Amino acid sequence: MTAGKWDVVIGLEVHAQLTTRTKMFCGCPTTFGAPPNTQTCPVCQGMPGTLPVVNRRAIEYGVRTALAFDCRVNHACRFARKHYYYPDMPKNFQISQYEEPLAEEGWLEIDRPDGHARRIGIQRLHLEEDVGKLVHEGTLETAQASLVDFNRAGVPLMETVSKPEIRSPEEAAAYLRAFRAVLVYLGVCDGNMEEGSLRCDANVSLKPAGAARLGTKVEIKNMNSFRNVQRALEFEVKRQTEALDRGERIVQETRLWDADRGYTRSMRSKEFAHDYRYFPEPDLVPLKLDAAWIDEIRRVLPELPRARRQRFVAAYGLPAYDAALLTQSRALAEYYEAAVRDFPQPKLVSNWVMSELLRELPGDDERAIEQATVTPSRLAGLLRLIDDGTISGKIAKTVFETMVRTGEEAAAIVRREGLTQVADAGALAAMVASAIAGNPKAVEDYRKGKTAAAKAFVGQVMKASGGKANPAMVSKLVEAELEKLTKT
Amino acid sequence: MRTIHELTDAYRRGETTPSEATDAYLSRIAKLDDKVGAYLTVTADRAHAAARAADERYRRGRPLGPLDGAPITLKDVFCTRGVRTTCASKILESFVPPYDATVVDRLAKAGAVMLGKSNMDEFAMGSSTEHSALRVTRNPWDLTRVPGGSSGGPAAAVAAGLAAGGLGTDTGGSIRQPAAFCGVVGLKPTYGRVSRYGLVAFASSLDHPGPFGLDVTDTARLLGAIAGHDPMDATSIDAPVPDYTAGLEQGVRGLRLGVPDEYFTKGMDAEVEAAVRVAIDVLKGLGATLERVSLPATPHALATYYVIAPAEASSNLARYDGVKYGLRVPGRDLIDMESKTRAAGFGAEVKRRIMLGTYVLSAGYYDAYYGQAQKVRTLVRRDFDAAFARVDLIVAPTTPNVAFRHGEKADPIAMYLNDVFTIPADMSGVPGVSVPCGFTASGLPIGLQLIGRALDEATVLRAARAYERATDWHTRRPELA
Ligand SMILES: [Zn+2]
Repeated sequence: MTAGKWDVVIGLEVHAQLTTRTKMFCGCPTTFGAPPNTQTCPVCQGMPGTLPVVNRRAIEYGVRTALAFDCRVNHACRFARKHYYYPDMPKNFQISQYEEPLAEEGWLEIDRPDGHARRIGIQRLHLEEDVGKLVHEGTLETAQASLVDFNRAGVPLMETVSKPEIRSPEEAAAYLRAFRAVLVYLGVCDGNMEEGSLRCDANVSLKPAGAARLGTKVEIKNMNSFRNVQRALEFEVKRQTEALDRGERIVQETRLWDADRGYTRSMRSKEFAHDYRYFPEPDLVPLKLDAAWIDEIRRVLPELPRARRQRFVAAYGLPAYDAALLTQSRALAEYYEAAVRDFPQPKLVSNWVMSELLRELPGDDERAIEQATVTPSRLAGLLRLIDDGTISGKIAKTVFETMVRTGEEAAAIVRREGLTQVADAGALAAMVASAIAGNPKAVEDYRKGKTAAAKAFVGQVMKASGGKANPAMVSKLVEAELEKLTKT
Repeated sequence: MRTIHELTDAYRRGETTPSEATDAYLSRIAKLDDKVGAYLTVTADRAHAAARAADERYRRGRPLGPLDGAPITLKDVFCTRGVRTTCASKILESFVPPYDATVVDRLAKAGAVMLGKSNMDEFAMGSSTEHSALRVTRNPWDLTRVPGGSSGGPAAAVAAGLAAGGLGTDTGGSIRQPAAFCGVVGLKPTYGRVSRYGLVAFASSLDHPGPFGLDVTDTARLLGAIAGHDPMDATSIDAPVPDYTAGLEQGVRGLRLGVPDEYFTKGMDAEVEAAVRVAIDVLKGLGATLERVSLPATPHALATYYVIAPAEASSNLARYDGVKYGLRVPGRDLIDMESKTRAAGFGAEVKRRIMLGTYVLSAGYYDAYYGQAQKVRTLVRRDFDAAFARVDLIVAPTTPNVAFRHGEKADPIAMYLNDVFTIPADMSGVPGVSVPCGFTASGLPIGLQLIGRALDEATVLRAARAYERATDWHTRRPELA
């Protein structure tokens, strides 16, 4: 994006909590939402004399992700200590990776608004431990005391740093969506931004259009949803554009996004930035990754969102839009494929999944889809009833709503509530005749060439039948009856 | 004053019981520790209970092993569940760990009876135990002198008969140097041979837990109990643990001993040099062959150590901030509270090293100091590799001088120089032992150091035992009224 005479340059740092059962360096569980400090031990509380031991599963998840992004996995990597004082960090240093990260040099493909795909480079991917949480009594400014909850301290975090190759806030949002989809497909992160399992910081700078040298970058933090990432970046691009247009200099700093007020505000200037005093973690030996192990992880990589999307177009003949939407979440794609297996009309299934299913679910995350009361086979059952003419498409929508509420099969609801279509030609003919007889003016309109009047009669009959009349038959009967009247 | 092997033999023969021995040690502590000052915490109730359990095992003729019922002391750097663990620092004066260090757990499972926690330099930073914020410890051979450090408490306790054995840690010489000063045996095992889990860290890449004994046999028994892989310590080595007592009596015939030029320096005490040279001749007389070796990086090891150790310490000690445990001095706000807590909680030497370490890790200085120090460390390791390609063991003095007077080394650098012969083995991780090899005219003990190949504690102990058998220095005891 060019903001007038400026090129926008954005780099994203995404922190993803890995869904390992235990923490990065101890055996504590990682479950979200447990009572404060119940999922802790001397190690993750940073008690004197305790030592970290690497969770091999977290390494595996990191490698899996690195391979999905086509990164170079470093066969030898190392943990390092990153120092700063903050009470949510038990040791006052974080075990992270610095000079020797797990993986480097990969890429992620995103879709641009113009429909073209673009590769965004990934600079590095490394593992570290999460910090705890501070709970303030009252607001941060007025609190008399703060409490620390170390449940989250030590949960495995994967940091992935993109290259500064993102050119607009829309692209940033697209990157994040594509990134999340990959992680969720890989089963390494639940992708929940609201619960903080996916967190994103951005570096934003502007440079004169076409210039090679990057401008001064500003770091934006605290964007806790996809929408906020885009809003915050749009605000920041505008802020920097206006400043540069006024001839001001951009200050290298960290700014916090305030979602309520819709602006970013300065948090700390980089001139007073922390010196993290990184050095190799002496309590851990350098990690040696066996090539055979990496190959094995590569071998069992699942189909990734992009490949699946292409397959959906090729195999099911779906429009690109449908394929993109259905493959954004692994659970949704799997739902769709299961339903199509039971009811092989891909486009009809796609329509129902995209409109009805997603509207009725409490969320579009993996959990909501996996726990949907309308299972793929039940949705297929419903679609079969439309297909064989038992119910109309309109009635089917009502049936679907009932299915969501009660978890019943469509056929049972249709039977209980008497929703079968009226397809008895005799009964319908009587209803059509009475509708036409009751509205001579519409008949007159029809005679004068207003064919829309026919639709009104169909609507009337459908209404009179409580939606149960077979609309195609009603339409045919109305037309035949009106034809007769006009000829006489 | 009996050794552990003498005591356990007596238990086996029914001449005495762990409870009787424990009582004797506890009453000796009550009587003499005011003078020596070895203990920070005496755990009499626990000791009684552990001793009674051992009594029962001996009564049934089924002791747990060669340490069952052995009354021992632990340097107060090892976490003990339910027993305060202070590191001789005000900042941890009230800290009670909810867990045992792996070595503590292993000693308990071997039946050892913990008498209490002994004094040290604060956070193991020092060579005289004078940096303890909690107590003064005196050398049992001359109460006006220091016991060495940082493991001065356990060394003095063993020398004074206030424990039959002990555990310390050696980061720059902190087991071997006090062993030499107090006339006992002290072993620094190979890095990774003994778990560091639950040992309050000073310098993670240099901290070595290890035993003190009145003789080599006791030291070997203690090592056997604590050595071995620990899944809780990622740097611990997964290698089988030999029976360290099995080959002890095999002698030194045919062993090649290297005598390093760099360990006989100009400024060293003449009596120390003489005693060590005589000791080396004794080993030659026992059938070992001698060879001159060179460890050229030795002069740089000390300076390098004072970059690496403070760097790691500045990081390890960052957690003491008053938020979670230990001392908390109230403040206006969080930062004020943390600053006041650290200002009040740490002693001068600890602060000096935190500042030094913070400096050398700072952006812009890292490569010049920490990066360079790691390179020198590699050179120190290569020195040992080259030497051990030619010889089986290196023999040298443990320290350039004997125990000094309290307050005599007020200048930090003078104090640091005390560890010049012990630091290289810590830097390279190879095992080393100090055994008594004589006394000065004024009656102060002198230590002989034997350094071996990585994981070859067995040869180190075997040579030390051969020397010990040929001499009687280890049988001398200080006279404490
Ligand atoms: Zn834990």
